[in-house]
Amino acid sequence: MARAAVLGRLNWQLGSVAELVQETPRVASLVLDVPEWQGHLAGQHVDVRLTADDGYQAERSYSIASAPEDQRLAITVERLDDGEVSPYLVGEVRKSDKIELRGPIGGYFVWKGGDDRPLLLVAGGSGVVPLMAMIRHRSASKSTTPTTLLYSSRSEDDIIYKAELDALSAAGDGLTVAHCLTRMQPPGWRGYSRRIDRAMLEEVAWPKQQNPIIFVCGPTPMVEGVAGHLVDMGFDPASIKTERFGPTGG
Amino acid sequence: MTVQQSDLKLDGNAIAGLLREIFTMEMTTAESTCAGCHKVHAVGQVEVYMNAPGAVVRCPACGQVQMRIVKGGGRYWLDLSGIRCLEFSA
Amino acid sequence: MSFISRGFRGKRRDAASSSRVPPGQYVVNDFPVLSAGPTPRVAFSEWTFVVEGEIDQPKKWTWEEFRKLPTEEVTKDIHCVTKWTKLDTAWKGVSVDTILEGVETSAEYVMAFSYGGYTTNLPLEDVTGGKAWVAYEFDGQPLHPEHGGPARLLVPHLYFWKSAKWVRGLRLLNKDEPGFWESNGYNMYGDPWREQRYWGD
Ligand SMILES: Cc1cc2nc3c(=O)[nH]c(=O)nc-3n(C[C@H](O)[C@H](O)[C@H](O)COP(=O)(O)OP(=O)(O)OC[C@H]3O[C@@H](n4cnc5c(N)ncnc54)[C@H](O)[C@@H]3O)c2cc1C
Ligand SMILES: [Zn+2]
Repeated sequence: MARAAVLGRLNWQLGSVAELVQETPRVASLVLDVPEWQGHLAGQHVDVRLTADDGYQAERSYSIASAPEDQRLAITVERLDDGEVSPYLVGEVRKSDKIELRGPIGGYFVWKGGDDRPLLLVAGGSGVVPLMAMIRHRSASKSTTPTTLLYSSRSEDDIIYKAELDALSAAGDGLTVAHCLTRMQPPGWRGYSRRIDRAMLEEVAWPKQQNPIIFVCGPTPMVEGVAGHLVDMGFDPASIKTERFGPTGG
Repeated sequence: MTVQQSDLKLDGNAIAGLLREIFTMEMTTAESTCAGCHKVHAVGQVEVYMNAPGAVVRCPACGQVQMRIVKGGGRYWLDLSGIRCLEFSA
Repeated sequence: MSFISRGFRGKRRDAASSSRVPPGQYVVNDFPVLSAGPTPRVAFSEWTFVVEGEIDQPKKWTWEEFRKLPTEEVTKDIHCVTKWTKLDTAWKGVSVDTILEGVETSAEYVMAFSYGGYTTNLPLEDVTGGKAWVAYEFDGQPLHPEHGGPARLLVPHLYFWKSAKWVRGLRLLNKDEPGFWESNGYNMYGDPWREQRYWGD
């Protein structure tokens, strides 16, 4: 928080891929070494810029998945087969390739920690990425902020960070994770088996008297649906922060 | 032919990087007062359309255009006429 | 710019080769959707098209009336200022010549205006003489709302932002006035072959 209000110029810089982690069949994390990295806040993103040999460029935003405390910067990308940038990042990129990026970017969809209000995190698909940075930050900073993640995926195989979320929620320091699977459920599935709706939010959300801070992230229609339900349920609109990833995914 | 079923709507977070090219401040936490309906929203909250010749920012309450940002040929064009006031911390 | 992303090509075909591709453009196979706002969903029963401005008797059609006008089928290359070009797009619609038939006007410009509030300006002579249509079919199908349906303007010899989606009328003007993009950096005319993208190009 000792961040000066006036920021320097936002320059493009090169990171090199130190590690590739296949998170699900369609999602991979790129762990990057960025020599000049200035640090970040949980919830911020980077802009990635790809340049072809004839000069053609494409730019997209990717949330930072790693905690501010982590050694390296990580992004997690879902591959959209008909997309332009994501199939390159998940499929073409190899270890020690260089990626051009700039950041950290954003300040609205950010959780710094250090206050008593409980956290409600609601994610659809790759929308879990900035929320994971918050969960990792919470854990790395030994925060015990009561936190619930409600996380919607298509099927069990599509759950990003599943093992890590299982481990973190088993630690008993106040993190609860509720999954819902919208398309396919394994035999004996004990989580939700439908899209996030108001009844589900009423079951998992903190009582509004506790005045939770709420972050909602994912595909645009999902984010708007969830935010609408939360407002209808009486949560303070000023405490509901949203980030839309676009039309697809989830 | 690919047809997008939902509108290609994003929010102010998606232009945070673009705004940082123009302003020295982090702008998504700035509060903008709509020139049309006078409602106040954080810039992170506003509606943004980027699949266009420029970025078009609309008021989440009344839908009116608040901001247009065009970048090209080594120049920027910034129309803020749909915003009555932009407040940010010094 | 010196950095190149190893193995990145982007979603496009080879640019340079064809004499049909204006400078700075690349060819796409899909049809990107461009939108500056929510997609208006206009019911045919509510749709109208008007010609107004510098004209003694403004003209107006309902959807049913409009569909009775003589139609044309055209196949054209289209060039979007965001740098994609799509070759051989097939449209059906009404020629603007037909729409303006019998109109006496001193106007030299038109402002096309749309459901949703979009506007774009053009010289009258660029929408007459078989150069522009109000199109309601693409590829043999009713024009999808994402692409401007019920009907959009089609002015293929200019950058595609001039081909206003969801068009609902033409205003005849004596003096050129900037439309939505033309008032914020984009060229008043927009000839793709002269790369007239921005002010001063
Ligand atoms: C602030 C922010 C943070 C984000 N963080 C992440 C993240 O952490 N992880 C992640 O995976 N993604 C994230 N995204 C989404 C990401 O930026 C890209 O949008 C995504 O990866 C798709 O890019 P692409 O180039 O692969 O696909 P694109 O080529 O952009 O296409 C995406 C899909 O939309 C369709 N489409 C796109 N444009 C059009 C158009 N004009 N007309 C018709 N159809 C179109 C395509 O056919 C395709 O299905 C974030 C987005 C934002 C705004
Ligand atoms: Zn407003």
